Amino acid sequence: MSAPTQAIPELRGFLHGLPGVDRVGAEARAATLASRSIKTTAKQWALDMAISMIDLTTLEGQDTPGKVRALCAKAKRPDPADPTAPMVAAVCVYPDLAHVAAVELKGSGVHVASVATAFPSGRTSLEVKLADVKYAVSAGADEVDMVIDRGAFLAGDYQLVFDEIAAVKDACGEAHLKVILETGELVTLDNVRRASWLAMLAGGDFIKTSTGKVAPAATLPVTLVMLEAVRDFRESHGRQVGVKPAGGIRTAKDAIRYLVLVNETAGEDWLDPDWFRLGASSLLNDLLMQRTKMMTGRYSGPDYFTLD
Amino acid sequence: MPKFEYAPAPESRSIVSLRESYGLFINGEFGPSVDGRAFKTISPATEEVLAEVTEAGPADVDRAVTAARKAYEHTWSAMPGRERAKYLFRIARIVQERSRELAVLESLDNGKPIRESRDVDIPLVAAHFFYYAGWADKLEYAGYGPAPRPLGVAGQVIPWNFPLLMLAWKIAPALACGNTVVLKPAETTPLTALAFAEICQQADLPPGVVNIVTGAGETGRALVEHPGIDKVAFTGSTEVGKQIARACAPTRKKVTLELGGKAANVVFEDAPVDQAVEGIVNGIFFNQGHVCCAGSRLLVQESVYDEVLASLRRRLATLRLGDPLDKNTDVGAINSAAQLAKIRELSEVGEAEGAQRWSPPCELPVKGFWFPPTIFTGVSQAHRIAREEIFGPVLSVLTFRTPAEAVEKANNTPYGLSAGVWTEKGSLILWMASRLRAGVVWANTFNKFDPTSPFGGYKESGYGREGGRHGLEAYLDV
Repeated sequence: MSAPTQAIPELRGFLHGLPGVDRVGAEARAATLASRSIKTTAKQWALDMAISMIDLTTLEGQDTPGKVRALCAKAKRPDPADPTAPMVAAVCVYPDLAHVAAVELKGSGVHVASVATAFPSGRTSLEVKLADVKYAVSAGADEVDMVIDRGAFLAGDYQLVFDEIAAVKDACGEAHLKVILETGELVTLDNVRRASWLAMLAGGDFIKTSTGKVAPAATLPVTLVMLEAVRDFRESHGRQVGVKPAGGIRTAKDAIRYLVLVNETAGEDWLDPDWFRLGASSLLNDLLMQRTKMMTGRYSGPDYFTLD
Repeated sequence: MPKFEYAPAPESRSIVSLRESYGLFINGEFGPSVDGRAFKTISPATEEVLAEVTEAGPADVDRAVTAARKAYEHTWSAMPGRERAKYLFRIARIVQERSRELAVLESLDNGKPIRESRDVDIPLVAAHFFYYAGWADKLEYAGYGPAPRPLGVAGQVIPWNFPLLMLAWKIAPALACGNTVVLKPAETTPLTALAFAEICQQADLPPGVVNIVTGAGETGRALVEHPGIDKVAFTGSTEVGKQIARACAPTRKKVTLELGGKAANVVFEDAPVDQAVEGIVNGIFFNQGHVCCAGSRLLVQESVYDEVLASLRRRLATLRLGDPLDKNTDVGAINSAAQLAKIRELSEVGEAEGAQRWSPPCELPVKGFWFPPTIFTGVSQAHRIAREEIFGPVLSVLTFRTPAEAVEKANNTPYGLSAGVWTEKGSLILWMASRLRAGVVWANTFNKFDPTSPFGGYKESGYGREGGRHGLEAYLDV
């Protein structure tokens, strides 16, 4: 498939014709769903589901092969004391460390995700972005987390954003493409809905809230709007797209709130690591601690869970 | 079987200590009635008897009015506003302190989901007392002259849909203005009013300032018709409201009535669809539709009818009906067998008149009073379900083509309590709001309440306003 180079004249009209989002109402809905009480068996199920949906992430300037290897070990066996704890979905790293993760995770079933396209700002030429993607994929990444050009989006140049996503999708080959909208920079929920549709129309396999480098990162109202978008997109276009909130999700309670949001917005088809991911790092240990508490009836301190 | 099955998460009942029987609260004390009659109050979700409640006869009402008169003349009306305020603030704080207990008690007796009693009813109760406490020493700034006087003894009759909240709407402004009250809660939901009587004791409120007489329609009639009452405040059905208006017409009593409604919730083609659907759901399924200002008539612009209805149906399928004390319940029990019979009857009329009835797949508990969330499509203005108040979880869907037609249909009702408008166009909201004949017009929201905002009806929805500065007028001699 080649990237569509011809302009789509109706793109702007289409995006601006999407139903608006009333912020007050969306926030109220997210707050109501956040008050769901998930207990006992439901909590047990949700904790394991949340663990299996994690994209265990390290995206720091100080990352080293050693750090990535440690993270991969954690991803494959999150709780050394309890082999029944599920594996996470993927390990997410910068492109130059993707090869390390690929070696460590080979055959494990844990995916290798690499950010690309001049993450996190995306401020470089398309050539460099595509080279970044190809580099990540050739290093063994089977999932690519790209960033959109927020400047172009905010300037109303939707075609440019569309073409870039389509070109990146093409460069990904077999790899799954997650499109980071960086909703903290798009600011309004109307923009979130438009960017979600734009990313889906351009071929994204997943839409992702944030890089984690901009505050606010993932929020419940933003994720609500994105879940509505993938639900509506499947209905109108027949293709299911995944959702990944990333950044700021630190506690098991937070994670469970996201699962409730998925369950009651997009529906249970999305309650699957293939269709919903949580981009996080410290979240995993809190989930494991809660999990141990559910199984043993006791809280054990953070010293009993590995810091990687 | 759903993937993510929410395990039961019931709020504990242990925080509530129910007495076996409750007396009348007159002159600061609980006591028996003169003739010893009593009735039982049940949980509508299980039909379990919760407690026995004393039925006040005319002689008891007379004792209560006498106590209120004495407290009015000797204590309350003579007390400086800043002192009255202290009592109201104290009551507000005790309500907050006992909020979990009150929420559980309300859900037990009324059948409403604990999520609503916990997050809506009880916080609003406290908010009303806080708000009117603030007015008690500032009445000269309310716009009714330099030293507005109270009216005297208020006889207040409240409904079963928001038992404690309606009590707060009635008692807080009355007390702030210097009146004393005799209040009759509904016979199916007396328990939180009786808990409130305990709170009055706890707050050291002078005896006789608040009196609670329990009973049914006859008790209410005795109270409203008592010659010692200066002010009648009623919230309930239009039919009873008319009887009260007739009974009070030849007397000096001031009357405020907050009656039925058949509100239009108007959804334009440029509405924020997902939030509009939430607003529709909240408008008619909040509190099982037992809401006088419920958005029971959905008016959808024809150009987005299919889309809105599809979203609405999908959303209804996620509503969780069941145990009111379960923290995840969205739709609780119908308050009484009588109300359930009325909802069933009008729904059958709806079908017989040719409207299409739809409910999501929904298992109803065997015991108790239950009705599934229901939508009628193909409804026209001529149908009874488009004209009569059902007071249950039943939505009638109608369509319109232009804003003018929406206004015409929305106003084409004997009621006029509330309306909703959903559009992203600010100018259209203002255009609609200036033409809708309804006491409250909500824009891109529905069923939002605040003590600072006046609430009340046009036409057969009643007269007088409750809430806000306007709510003071009903309890001042102006």
